[in-house]
Amino acid sequence: MKIAVCIKYSLDASEVKVDPASKELKMAGVPYKVGVIDKHVLETAVTLKETYGGTVHALTVGPTKAKESFREALAFGLEDVTLIENPLEGEVAPDVTAVILAKAIEKLGDVDVVVCGEVSDDGFTYQVPPRLAEALHMPQISFARTAAIEDGQLVADRDLEDSVQTVAAPLPALISVMEECNTPRRPTLLEAMKAKKKPVNIWNVETDLGLSIAELQQKAALEKVHAEGVVVHRKQYVLKGDDLNALSNELVDLLLADHIIEGGA
Amino acid sequence: MDEFDVVIVGAGPAGATAAYLLAKAGLSVVVIERGQEPGSKNVSGGLIYAQIYDEIYPNFWEEAPVERAIAGHSIVFLGDTAVTAMGYRDEATAPPYNAFSVLRARFDPWLAAQAEEAGAMVMPGFTVDELVMEDGRVTGVKAGGDELPAKVVVIAEGTRSQLLKQAGLREDYDPKDVSIGIKEVIQLPEQTITDRFQCLTADEGAAYTLVGHTAGAEGGGFIYTNRDTLSLGVVVKIDSVYKSKRHPHEILDEFKSHPFVARLINGGEVVEYSAQTVHRGGFHLIPKMVGDGYVVAGSAARLLLNNVMTLRGMDVAVASAAAAAQAIIEAKEKDDFSAAGLASYERHFQATSVYKDMQTFKNAYPLLENKRLFHVYPDMVCDIMDDMFSVRAQPAKKGYRALRDRMKEHDVSLWELAKDMVQIGKGIAI
Repeated sequence: MKIAVCIKYSLDASEVKVDPASKELKMAGVPYKVGVIDKHVLETAVTLKETYGGTVHALTVGPTKAKESFREALAFGLEDVTLIENPLEGEVAPDVTAVILAKAIEKLGDVDVVVCGEVSDDGFTYQVPPRLAEALHMPQISFARTAAIEDGQLVADRDLEDSVQTVAAPLPALISVMEECNTPRRPTLLEAMKAKKKPVNIWNVETDLGLSIAELQQKAALEKVHAEGVVVHRKQYVLKGDDLNALSNELVDLLLADHIIEGGA
Repeated sequence: MDEFDVVIVGAGPAGATAAYLLAKAGLSVVVIERGQEPGSKNVSGGLIYAQIYDEIYPNFWEEAPVERAIAGHSIVFLGDTAVTAMGYRDEATAPPYNAFSVLRARFDPWLAAQAEEAGAMVMPGFTVDELVMEDGRVTGVKAGGDELPAKVVVIAEGTRSQLLKQAGLREDYDPKDVSIGIKEVIQLPEQTITDRFQCLTADEGAAYTLVGHTAGAEGGGFIYTNRDTLSLGVVVKIDSVYKSKRHPHEILDEFKSHPFVARLINGGEVVEYSAQTVHRGGFHLIPKMVGDGYVVAGSAARLLLNNVMTLRGMDVAVASAAAAAQAIIEAKEKDDFSAAGLASYERHFQATSVYKDMQTFKNAYPLLENKRLFHVYPDMVCDIMDDMFSVRAQPAKKGYRALRDRMKEHDVSLWELAKDMVQIGKGIAI
């Protein structure tokens, strides 16, 4: 079985600060790393490989400087990582990412299962997995909590918040997973050391994938107009006094006034 | 996996430099670093003295992410609200540079990259849990669920080193030799820092050592200029912090609230807070640095030089690492990694100027224990300066009279002052 996993070198969103006055996002100096969700993606793929045999190949679209960031991913037990250099200025729109990844998966050839994260750590668009499945003409199992192969089919539990739906899809298929799907392993020192010797291939969208940068630019149908931070103001009520009864009454009144709790007289 | 010649614990200046020199000499080297990135786990003031770095990494400032070349050094006594300062300043626009401010989260990865380029394998994100011992000899390390054998282990895990103690190879530290460092990184516009610290350009910076106003704890403060941040902190004796019943962050807050400090950091935003216990070092506390199958380098060997004017850890670390690397290369030639085979480490280290400086200033150590130096003199000196510069309704006094009157006020006897002067003289002057 040949498994392709799509991972992303993402902005560490927890490090993004908001300027309280202008609400502008302060992006300078915010680090990038392989996303948290991607560890769950890798764990899913590697567990499939360990259970059913096969190979796992990771694909990513990003800047060339990301090359050194995939050591830990390789230590999960992948065959290789292929970094497709971002052909455009700035962030790649999700629809363009899907086109590029689809072409790369075709180039890998005979892929049985594609594993994606449901949503990236930084973009939060939920766009890439369904667009990629569409481009590859594969069925997609979204919001997956489990992944198994049964009778040549991909079987997974989907998390529908109030219920769990078990579905099966014929191979080849794409599965997009949630963070709750598993607990990623922590590669051992020796695994990490071996991973240092594994390759990170670099592909160019034009020479390696035969795509036209001009066409990709036109394809970018989604345009980012503006991003603004939200500043949450704490209420900072402080209740002081010695009379506990009076204080608790005051507290309840405040909670009622803010509709945190509801109650009659 | 094959046995490595050398396993190094810690990718700070000592570990990375040992790795760089050993890999360059053709030995197989792996460095295991606890942080996800080198430089992410330490609490470090951030001043490096350039001389030894330049010897090992010629003209490193051209490539390495240094912040500013230090043009001004000041020692500042903080009174209640007043200050008395002694400063020295020259231009620092061309080599030879004396010192640079660095942010370790940027500088240490650069050092590690030099080691990797030389052929060492650097493995961040793994903690060495223990040393592997066979018949009293260190034969490797346990880390990240695996055992990694090595001909020699370089212990360069920094000031909180536990491995040797765990393995029964050193005794526990005496609490009186331990301080706590509390540090903030405060962001300000680059130009504001350049102006406020009277620097020529954004490449030039200043370093302040401050004494006094540490909430009753013995120790001092520092302020170093980075490019668009200040590194600011206090290092205070842990037993005196305990006795003062103050939280470490309160001591830092009190220090920051002094008008002199407050003016320098005004408008800045705290972007980083860290604290860590540090061994205070001292010439008389240099331990045995060599054993069967291992050497200790840098802060893990309590190597620190503090003579009040300069606080040196990162250049001492590199000097010890270079001496250790030389000894390991010799041990490899003889294929003898026993304590005897590695013994030349201590000889090489003792031949360095860093070691000789530690020896020269060995009598500065008692100064750091002198309570009057931290709690009485800063205020007293400021009061005397006030007498010298102020015109009042009362008749003015000449210096000696002012001194005697202020001594009485601060409850310092002539005998105590004389004793302290001798101590200061022996420590840093004569």
